[in-house]
Amino acid sequence: MKSILALLFIFFYCFANIYAQDPNTVNPVGLKKIPSVILKTLDNKTFNTSDISNDGKPVIISFWATWCKPCVNELSTIADVYEDWQEETGVKLIAISIDDTKTSGNVSPFVNGKDWNYDVYLDVNSDFKRAMNVNLIPHTFVINGKNEIVWQHTSFSQGSELELLNIVRKVSKGEFLPSE
Amino acid sequence: MKHRYTFIILFLGLLSFRQGKAQGLEKLLQNSRISGNFQFDGMYYNKDSLIGAPDIPQKVLMNAYANISYFNGPFSAGFRFENYLYALQGYDPRYNGIGIPYRFASFEKDKFTISIGNSYDQFGSGLVFRAWQDAGLGYDNSLDGINIRVNPWNGITIKGIWGKQRFYFDHGPGVVRGTDAELSINELFNKLNNKPLRINIGGSFVSKYQDADDPVFNLPKNVACYGGRGAISYKNFLINGEYAHKINDPSAVNNRIYKPGNATLIQLTYAQKGMGLYLAAIRTDNMSFKSDRDAGGNDLNINYIPSLAKQTTYSLPALYIYGTQPNGEFGFQAQGIYTFKKKTKLGGKYGTTISLTYSRYNNIFKKQIDENTPLDSTGTLGYKSDFFKFGKEVYYENFNFEFSKKFSKLFKLIVEYFYIQYNSSVIEGHVMPNIHSHTIVADMTFNINEKHSIRSELQHMYTKQGEGSWAYALVEYTIAPKWFFSLSDMYNYDNDIAEKRLHYYNVSTSFATGSTRIALSYGRQRAGIFCAGGVCRFVPAANGLSLSVSSSF
Repeated sequence: MKSILALLFIFFYCFANIYAQDPNTVNPVGLKKIPSVILKTLDNKTFNTSDISNDGKPVIISFWATWCKPCVNELSTIADVYEDWQEETGVKLIAISIDDTKTSGNVSPFVNGKDWNYDVYLDVNSDFKRAMNVNLIPHTFVINGKNEIVWQHTSFSQGSELELLNIVRKVSKGEFLPSE
Repeated sequence: MKHRYTFIILFLGLLSFRQGKAQGLEKLLQNSRISGNFQFDGMYYNKDSLIGAPDIPQKVLMNAYANISYFNGPFSAGFRFENYLYALQGYDPRYNGIGIPYRFASFEKDKFTISIGNSYDQFGSGLVFRAWQDAGLGYDNSLDGINIRVNPWNGITIKGIWGKQRFYFDHGPGVVRGTDAELSINELFNKLNNKPLRINIGGSFVSKYQDADDPVFNLPKNVACYGGRGAISYKNFLINGEYAHKINDPSAVNNRIYKPGNATLIQLTYAQKGMGLYLAAIRTDNMSFKSDRDAGGNDLNINYIPSLAKQTTYSLPALYIYGTQPNGEFGFQAQGIYTFKKKTKLGGKYGTTISLTYSRYNNIFKKQIDENTPLDSTGTLGYKSDFFKFGKEVYYENFNFEFSKKFSKLFKLIVEYFYIQYNSSVIEGHVMPNIHSHTIVADMTFNINEKHSIRSELQHMYTKQGEGSWAYALVEYTIAPKWFFSLSDMYNYDNDIAEKRLHYYNVSTSFATGSTRIALSYGRQRAGIFCAGGVCRFVPAANGLSLSVSSSF
């Protein structure tokens, strides 16, 4: 019985924490720069994550894998409206595949086969995933024009893409920049 | 244990040292970033003798961990706190306990990146060396020691590693030392950088040392493993291959034979907008490479053998997933994916995607070393093998067809068919005939409005072997972006034994906000093998209430 109480306590403690912490509040520490990790492009070039940028416009970083259904669902859903999003906000989506050797060879045929127009990088040993402290995928970050992480979200459900679009809109208008 | 605390003090010391040097706290904070994550999985277990779920004396079990990392320009450091009191069913009980089995500090200077403490890394495709972690699998073979990377010129990366592997809350007995070099010819010569033909080559060498004083066998204390690799891409084509060789290494896994080992992996891809092709083949021969010759299972692997079989997350086809056989296997996979464009006859308004996959694994051909010595005899060379000859025994076979289409803003459909042949005698060790199964999956999403949607999965697996046929149904209701509710049942309606025609029901809900997710579920879990990336663990039957909390900042 005591252990159940302990479990419940932990449960409510976590809940309390979530409500105490509005995810949209400004990060008081200030800059949250993207850590530098070496990734591979689909055509076998090296790419340093500290070079992620989009000329002052917002960037979405999405961690995914070919075997992760909700991830593929999220990227397919956004693919349908990606052109509209780009036109409106100038956003760029960077899809970080955490497929390891087992499936990493299949990422390029998969992405092309799905006709996605994203910048895709391979993180075969999850180095970038670890540096960004991602637990579960899909996990999505929004980066502002100053290359600072301003928002993140775990999991995908149909309709979540609208929340993401709202954040991107705000960021593209220069709202909710933590450094200010 | 003491060393771990020393390390944390050192880490905090470093932090304050940097703080002293900075001109003010504000400036320090401007350049630094602290980030972390937390994961908690707890479960309350009910005894359920029907499905074979045992009585758990502790009633509730939990796995939890938190990573905290600090970045400041070229400097970074971090640790992971882990807590298993006691470890969830299906995880090795040697995890039971609390500790900080992962901590590191790293800095970049003058083209060098030097890391001390635990590190994860991979040489090439991992056939020679891969240190990685997957908390869901309970897998962690991080190398505790030093890891150095240097880029003397653009296009050249040289790595060096030296340390001991993590073994639950301890270290394995062997020392692992290795080096790897990778060269990108195009990046090395500036004028080639934008040419369509790209060539990368690489090579790695890893040696392990483990003391030996066996009274009968003369065991090698140092075992070397080395490999070479190359990748060539031209326009839409990419081919890459790696070959690895290991000297004689009698171990518990290979029944202490003295035969050297080798592994070959070749992958070919073709990709253009709307279409992709992938072909891959792997052959491994006596290629288990561990830092303890007596270790079994997934313990203390130095290298990584990928499984090329299609990975699926649908419940029924996932009942029979391949696990790699390091003693020898010959496998290949072919996959094609094609999208019919939007606004064409077959593509419709939103496009239609289809894919076909075939994969198959056999044993490798083995011949006795002489007439009087049976195959795999301890203390001998074990067997002879012809590189290009398939063995006759099928380990695994999978044919998959997938159709996915968005019909309108309101309805999306995925239909998949799987044929799976599964050799459970080899993969699971239960002697029984191969399982031949046919599975149909329909995965439907109905959008009620912008925020509310329903997703449903209907699955049916037909098989005469194993536990017989299964049916599965799932309904999920989502209120985006925060709430999720689901109900599912997996029913073994065709089991030969009438009492085993059981329902594995599950009710679950989750709440996600920002990067935090809480999930609560109640139900039954079938005993079985849970696999990801070719690594498998056995999950015993369970019945109970589980809670997961995941968060990162």
